Amino acid sequence: MNFRTFAAFVGPSVFMMLLFIAFPLVSVFKQSFYVTQPIYETVEKETCTPGFLTQSCVTEKVSQPKLDEHGEIITQTQYVGLQSYRNVLEPERAWRAISDGSWHVLSTINFWKALRFTLTFTLITLPLVVGCGLGIAILINNAARSIRGPVIFVSLLPFIITPVIGVLSINWLFRGDGILTAMMEWWLNRDIALFAQAWTIEILMMLYRVWHVAPFAAIIFYAGLQTVNQDSLESAVIDGATRWQRLKYIVIPHLMPLIIFVSMIHLMDSYRVFEEIVGFSSQGYVISLQWLTFDYLTPDQAGNRSISRASANSMLTMIGVVILLILPLRRTWRDHKGGH
Amino acid sequence: MKLKTILMAGAMSIAATGAWAECAFENDVPLKSLSAGFEAWKAVTDAMAECGNFSASLDQEFREKQPEAFAADPALYQIGGVSNATLVPLLNAGTIRPLDDLVEKYGQDLLPNQLIKVDGKTMAIAMMVNAQHLMYRDDVLAELGIEEPKTYDDVLSAAAKIKEAGVMDYPIGGTFKTGWNLGQEFINMYLGEGGSFFGDGNMPAINNEQGVAALETLKAMTEYMDPEYLVSDSTYVQQQFQQGKIAMANLWASRAAAMNDEAESQVVGKVTMAAAPMGSAVPATTIWWDGIVLASNMSDEEADAAFRVALEGMDTDMVSANNDVAVWLSTAYSAGPLAAGAAASAEGGAKAYPASGPMGIMHTSLGNGLADYLTGAKDAQTTLADIEADYVTAAKEAGLISN
Repeated sequence: MNFRTFAAFVGPSVFMMLLFIAFPLVSVFKQSFYVTQPIYETVEKETCTPGFLTQSCVTEKVSQPKLDEHGEIITQTQYVGLQSYRNVLEPERAWRAISDGSWHVLSTINFWKALRFTLTFTLITLPLVVGCGLGIAILINNAARSIRGPVIFVSLLPFIITPVIGVLSINWLFRGDGILTAMMEWWLNRDIALFAQAWTIEILMMLYRVWHVAPFAAIIFYAGLQTVNQDSLESAVIDGATRWQRLKYIVIPHLMPLIIFVSMIHLMDSYRVFEEIVGFSSQGYVISLQWLTFDYLTPDQAGNRSISRASANSMLTMIGVVILLILPLRRTWRDHKGGH
Repeated sequence: MKLKTILMAGAMSIAATGAWAECAFENDVPLKSLSAGFEAWKAVTDAMAECGNFSASLDQEFREKQPEAFAADPALYQIGGVSNATLVPLLNAGTIRPLDDLVEKYGQDLLPNQLIKVDGKTMAIAMMVNAQHLMYRDDVLAELGIEEPKTYDDVLSAAAKIKEAGVMDYPIGGTFKTGWNLGQEFINMYLGEGGSFFGDGNMPAINNEQGVAALETLKAMTEYMDPEYLVSDSTYVQQQFQQGKIAMANLWASRAAAMNDEAESQVVGKVTMAAAPMGSAVPATTIWWDGIVLASNMSDEEADAAFRVALEGMDTDMVSANNDVAVWLSTAYSAGPLAAGAAASAEGGAKAYPASGPMGIMHTSLGNGLADYLTGAKDAQTTLADIEADYVTAAKEAGLISN
């Protein structure tokens, strides 16, 4: 392919990527070093509120932003260096907690609390997703040809459901006296409140995520299973290899590149865990890094939002994803180099 | 072709049913409104729509959209629905217009009470007030010979008796959902104790005796609440009441009518509305209002029409048709037993919600930080100190505290 044709094919996609990925990233990166704020002045104001018969009025000093001649709020933007990162990480408090050996205190600081959960969530669901995915794939592969279509369809269902809807339905099944909680209460004959402590909520979240993502892994592995060398399998059978040995020595090594691929996608996705927090409204017990960014960005009722801290936090989230990806990427790189 | 026919038929049928039959005038200026989505707003905007050429957005996320939509020129919505808290960003940005000239022209029927004045200028027209107040199960309390609770000590001892008698496992309900709801609970208690939130220069001032007292009362209540209290919002508490699972709660007046909704409630006529329990100083609640504002980025002609349509929305017909939906500010409103709680709280001296820019940040910090105390992760002083620190960080970033 000559360069001109290549450029014509790739150009639009590169342009889109620059416009919708690179540019926003650079902008967020820049915003994390600056703070933009209105200039406030203190004025005395009388405000009246309706009562039942008369109004009650109070006069008090309030801060209100200055407006320019067009009626726009005057803002100033200033370079604050790493201040926003310090505000998010709270290094002094975190360090004091660590040097006191007080894990407990560290886990009450927002960022560290979120990081703890995000990492636990990511690392525990990873093997479960790969394992379940492989299990489902083998199940489909061994199913009789006549029922294979329906089996694939049924096992894909969880992946098709919109995440927020999926989370909400789990929430409603288990919250308060939801059907499943009521069933468990009847079975165990005791009162159960699954949304009253952190660990039960975390288990529910992980179960949901595995249920939701395993079909994706399964369909990828299923595709991979179609290309396993049948001759090696047959000779293994002749040599007297058990089912488990065939899986361990032939199938899994063959699927390894796909397992790495699925792991990487899963690491990236689950490090940005968000729907579970919102859907379970678990922020009293459990928060995640992505949710923290969302929380900084949500304006309060007076319209204040913390854009600088949100930017800093999302940069930190991205750095976290990159660090997590280094291990699998290095392996792929090694295989790639060794393969030629 | 077919679609066009259907559209025409639709338009004809709306016209035929007399879309603006009940409106005093026929509106020919296209108007739009953006407000919250609860029942009262539905009633009001439906009444506005009777004038024609009007479309309403009822949106739970209205407070995120409103400041931007009103800052546009021309404004994307002519009429806005606000509460005393969501009025603040619009006031700060100067995107709503003073209404004095319009009130003079068309507002003869408004109560003086409805005119929300800021610095002498009418900036909003209130249509209803709302407050959290005590609702309790008359029958349950009477059976055990318990008097109407007047303070939180009363509430707690009543709860203890109900639990002891084995009537209910969790007699108290509360809107303790982490975030806005939980923050609001603390604000109620803290104002009830007579506390104030800020010192000079918008510095926080909640780490004090009143703050600790407010926290301790909240925690004492959770002993008698369903252990999943940190996810329970107003709707959840309302349902707990309707299903007869709780006997007492400090719940919004706008939810009172739901207790007697026969389609949903199993406790029709059994819930009494009483004043919010007293703190050391005043009843532990805050008074809120909801009302309308007009955008400043529109022509005088549009403003004229918008104001008249808005007044139609809250006229006496609408109020008499929807009397129990809210505590209306109108001559036509007859305050029934459902409004008794809000009225009694106001008479007891309950404070208005102290809405302001710093208060917005404080409310968020409280909402996010209080759970650590209730779950036992921190003690009261540490919790309050951490909330103050969180507030200071956010307020500095917003420019409300100078570095």
